[in-house]
Amino acid sequence: MHLEIKDLHVHYGKIEAIKGISVVVEQGEIVTLIGANGAGKTTTLKTISGLRKVTGGSIFFDGQDISNLPAHERVEMGISQVPEGRGIFPGMTVLENLEIGKYFRKNRGAEMAEDLDRVYTLFPRLKERTGQSGGTLSGGEQQMLAIGRGLMARPKVLLLDEPSMGLAPMMIQNIFNIITEINKSGTTILLVEQNAQQALQRADRAYVLETGKVVKEAKASDLLNDPAVRAAYLGTGAEHAV
Amino acid sequence: MNFSVVQSQFFPLLINGLALGFIYVLISVGYTMVYGVLRLINFANSEIFMLGTFATIIVSRTVFKFDINSQPSHGMKLLIVLLCCLLAAMLTSGVVAVLVELVAYRRLRSRGTNRLGSLISAIGTSIVLSEGVRLLTHSLPESSPRVLSKFYIFTIHGVGLRIDQFLVIISGALFFFAVDRFVKLTRIGKAIRAVSMSEENSRLMGINLNRVISITFLVGGLVTGAAAFLYETVYETTVFNVGFNLGIAAFTAAVLGGIGNLRGAFYGGLTLGLAEEFFSAVLGTQWKEVTVFVVLVLVLLVRPNGLFGEAIQQSRV
Repeated sequence: MHLEIKDLHVHYGKIEAIKGISVVVEQGEIVTLIGANGAGKTTTLKTISGLRKVTGGSIFFDGQDISNLPAHERVEMGISQVPEGRGIFPGMTVLENLEIGKYFRKNRGAEMAEDLDRVYTLFPRLKERTGQSGGTLSGGEQQMLAIGRGLMARPKVLLLDEPSMGLAPMMIQNIFNIITEINKSGTTILLVEQNAQQALQRADRAYVLETGKVVKEAKASDLLNDPAVRAAYLGTGAEHAV
Repeated sequence: MNFSVVQSQFFPLLINGLALGFIYVLISVGYTMVYGVLRLINFANSEIFMLGTFATIIVSRTVFKFDINSQPSHGMKLLIVLLCCLLAAMLTSGVVAVLVELVAYRRLRSRGTNRLGSLISAIGTSIVLSEGVRLLTHSLPESSPRVLSKFYIFTIHGVGLRIDQFLVIISGALFFFAVDRFVKLTRIGKAIRAVSMSEENSRLMGINLNRVISITFLVGGLVTGAAAFLYETVYETTVFNVGFNLGIAAFTAAVLGGIGNLRGAFYGGLTLGLAEEFFSAVLGTQWKEVTVFVVLVLVLLVRPNGLFGEAIQQSRV
């Protein structure tokens, strides 16, 4: 697995949302993109997964230029995104939501039991709720379902967009522990987070985005101790920075 | 106003209303499925229906050599003729529906045109198809040769159930049930539901959006074609603009039930068919078309999202 974004530009109409971002994600890493609202984090993820059109630059996955491939082909190649706000299909059961996560796989039948088992081991709560409609789950359970559904596609790289959004502190810990566990079992992770503290603690490397540009790139542990980053994104920087 | 007719003619009105209602149900399925995935009212659906009625007539006339003077057929031959006409109508409507999507909507969609652009394209396609057939048929109505002799299956106290009405009610119910199961249980049906809940999230699941949209048009077209065949067995006539009133009524039925929702198409279609028959019996047939919209306005006053509107809203969260 090797994901590389080179000088990416993305426009919404005439407005340029991404102004030349370059990001590299290596096999086995957790890489995080942090930054304020509107910095372009979500747009970057959506462009990698093919929901937004590239207007300049390119995206390479395992050496192949995927900048213009349709979204479903990128899923087949091994790029799976867990969208912001979870994107659960509310009228479908938990099981149906998981099943549709493997929609494109050729040998779905053979893999299904094994992958369901893996997801249920990571998230025992989902197993208790297989027949329940996705829309009736709590926020934390929906996040578990969204991540589980993403894993059903057997991704090489999992793109996570704000997995901690709207969750209670306990649940946030829980979700981040599971993200770490998924990474340890071999899935590369690209994580977008507003909860910079958690993201930097878990990640290997990080990129700081501001208004569509990368303003800093470093090892996550270095950024945790960077006074400017602490002041801007961790909310505890004032006393250290002085 | 003649209320006594409701009492004296209750069962005949009920049967007529159900037969008409099931035709509405099937055409509504065409509107509602497309709306579900694209949030687009496919105005060309009325012409997809119209072409199905012509396909039925053409096959019975040219393949089986029926004409206005020929005797209705019986037994095995009858079954074969009916099945061939049904298949011809379904295939014609299904293929035309897929082509309409390819030509009139897909290009606009891939260029990111807003919904209004597609809506205008839908109206344009509808006009092109109906005017094209008008030129070919010189605006003249065509009558369907009688393939099925219209006998009464049974009569109780002077109330009879005619074979063609029976056929419409039974096969209408079967077709609806088949589509409903298809969407609920099959893999591609689940993809259709996923797309109708969220287009973006479906693409993240690896669903090929364009393929799902084509299949949705195909299924909607097949069912609309079946409606066209059933319509011909009962009413035995068609004309280039036959789809106009029926299409508007079926679209109304879809809105009445809550557009985008299959069950809504079912109850909306039946409600409208029955309302039309009963109201026109009481008020006179000149009020038939008016009742469609009176019913619609009344229902929307009380339930702005249609009878099953809440279910749709849930599915759109």
